[in-house]
Amino acid sequence: MTAPIPGQASNPGPIAALSIRGLAKRFGGKIAVDGISLEVPAGSFFGIVGPNGAGKTTTLSMATGLLRPDFGTAVVHGVDVWQHPLEAKRLMGILPDGVRLFDRLTGEQLITYAGLLRGMDKAVVAARVGELLAAMDLAQDAGTLVVDYSAGMTKKIALASAMIHAPRVLVLDEPFEAVDPVSAANIRSILDRYVASGGTVIVSSHVMDLVQRMCDHVAVVARGRLLAAGTVDAVRAGASLEDRFVQLVGGHSHTEGLEWLRTF
Amino acid sequence: MVAHLLRLKLTLLRNGLRRSPWQLLGMAIAGLYALGVVAALVIGLVLLRNAGTGTAHTAVVLGGSAAVLGWGLIPVVASATDMTLDPARFTTFAIPMKQLLAGLAVGGLIGIPGLATALVALATVATWSRGVLPALAALVGACLGVMTCVVLAKVVTTATASLAASRRFKDISALAFMVPLVLLGPIVAGVARGVSASTGFLPDFAMALSWTPLGAPWALGGDVAAGRPGAAAVKLLVALAVLAGLAWCWKLLLERALVTPPYAGAVKRKGGRLGLLGVVPPTPAGAVMARSLTYWLRDPRYSGSLVVIPLLPVIMLFQGAQTGHYGGLAFLAPISAFILAWSISADVSYDNTAFALHVATGVRGVADRLGRSLACLVFALPVVLVFAVGAAALTRDWVALPGQLGLSLGILFSGLGLSSVVSARYTVTVPLPGDSPFKKPPGNVGQTLAVQFVGMLVLLVLVLPEAALLVAHAVTGNAMFGWINLVVGVILGLVFFVAGVRLGGRWLDVRGPELLAQVSVNR
Repeated sequence: MTAPIPGQASNPGPIAALSIRGLAKRFGGKIAVDGISLEVPAGSFFGIVGPNGAGKTTTLSMATGLLRPDFGTAVVHGVDVWQHPLEAKRLMGILPDGVRLFDRLTGEQLITYAGLLRGMDKAVVAARVGELLAAMDLAQDAGTLVVDYSAGMTKKIALASAMIHAPRVLVLDEPFEAVDPVSAANIRSILDRYVASGGTVIVSSHVMDLVQRMCDHVAVVARGRLLAAGTVDAVRAGASLEDRFVQLVGGHSHTEGLEWLRTF
Repeated sequence: MVAHLLRLKLTLLRNGLRRSPWQLLGMAIAGLYALGVVAALVIGLVLLRNAGTGTAHTAVVLGGSAAVLGWGLIPVVASATDMTLDPARFTTFAIPMKQLLAGLAVGGLIGIPGLATALVALATVATWSRGVLPALAALVGACLGVMTCVVLAKVVTTATASLAASRRFKDISALAFMVPLVLLGPIVAGVARGVSASTGFLPDFAMALSWTPLGAPWALGGDVAAGRPGAAAVKLLVALAVLAGLAWCWKLLLERALVTPPYAGAVKRKGGRLGLLGVVPPTPAGAVMARSLTYWLRDPRYSGSLVVIPLLPVIMLFQGAQTGHYGGLAFLAPISAFILAWSISADVSYDNTAFALHVATGVRGVADRLGRSLACLVFALPVVLVFAVGAAALTRDWVALPGQLGLSLGILFSGLGLSSVVSARYTVTVPLPGDSPFKKPPGNVGQTLAVQFVGMLVLLVLVLPEAALLVAHAVTGNAMFGWINLVVGVILGLVFFVAGVRLGGRWLDVRGPELLAQVSVNR
């Protein structure tokens, strides 16, 4: 394999923002995650890419304390997520994929709720809610129930809820799904500034183009295993990330057949 | 194409039943029930053959009109129940409109309500088999009547489809549906009394109805039998015109619906109003309490039980008025306390995966438990107090009040404590967020029943002291027992409440992720 060896080429700083070791999870007879180890350097914009069902969401859930791993550990800025969950969760802002929200609250109420749940001061919450709503371009819909939001608006309000406590690490599972290009650009510039000031962002995605442009580090996951990890330039090794990804995952085999589709 | 649509409907029905044996059981029970009703009605209609022409005419026309009315009204509140042949799903297939209409109409007959209506309608042929012509007229009338029922239901569902897709309408109709359901007993009794008091008026009413779209098809057999061929001919025209008009309306609506999918519009609202979140103390427990209270008001799955509570005294008062003594009111406060306290025992199941926010933010289990319990207590405590005092005031039985209060408060506090433990550990299958409160998703029915049953048994054990004291009071007549009950109920209840919140909180701290995994299965 020509890809850098996982965990070494990513060149972690003195203390990694997120360090996972041998995470594994089995659902019934299916092994969803098969021993993934990963170092996410502090201050990096880290992308996790993989085909559908690769185990991205399961890995991120285990790394953020939402799903108990069968094996392995996850450590955030030196705090073990499963030994000291409350301390670890204070450091992380999490946007899980595929979970519901308390959608009978208005957008404004939902972000406020997330802040108050974390025991934040009321005045601080109020000030940050206003700024977050403006940044997400949701100020006009702040009083609308989240259940009446579009898919993209729902994603943005969940993202805002994950940011309110100024975490040191943002773990975002598919943050740009269904988000319109203008909002996506806004969110990206927010995340860029956040990373520039020392924060760490971990995003999962299967849009290679986006990851190549946005992230400085990337990990490729398929079938529950880590195939490659490191800086984006190191992993793609001259090719585009998409070509490298297809090459690593080993898809793109079935372009024969379906001739009848051209017989109209 | 019609046969295709019919086969599709049958396949969908069969696959739905194959998904779970419980659904098959439910269908079997509903089928048996419908069979009983149909059998009774068919026997009645056959027996009516020997009744006077006037009586039979009145009964058939009134019954038929009620059937048409039912087919027109029920889909408005229950439109989400049978969308197996939802026209919107056929938009991408190029099906000719005529065949689509015919297929959907015949498909509407398949299913318990359709078959039952058709069978009962055909039984009117037996009622009017007093000659070839009346029987023939009745047959034509029955066919027209059943078709009118089905097409009317389709017109109503198609017309309200876009309305029914809006969340607000769904919420409100689900609640509105609950009221007559709870009050079914009193309503039936009241209507029965009203009808029996005014039997003289019914034939005239039926005669008038028979000229309207509701009753016209059902009057054909009777009019021919009574020797009014002219009236029968006019009513046949009315019935045909109504059916044609409805079919035309349906075609227009469907054509429009197929190109304009339902739009669930929502008004844009600026923020600035935090609602209850701005009122509560700004702590995690306070936030959970405000969120729960907001859900009690906004989520029909919760507010459904809130609608039932004020109706409880209505039912008990009605029963008291009928029997003449109001002893049943003694159960009002304890039952309300039980319903309200037990209603949060499935709180995390109701949250579904939205509970991930609590896990992700790392809110302490005790704060979570306390917030949910306090939210329930905010309105449950006043309700129980008012019901207990109100019942005592109505029955003038002030001596029993302390004991009543003791038992009710004991049930309320112990129940909240128990619910805090139960919902921290066990999940049950509940309607998903956004679904109608009547919709039970197929799931682990066994565990649901076990949790409910064992939970209630435990609660029974927890409030045994209060119950024993109440019995002691009733047997000895010593008022002292009542006052002791009040003290014991409050203290013991509070002890269980605190213990339940703490134990549930600790379990939640330890097993939060496992609980989240459990609710994720049900979505």
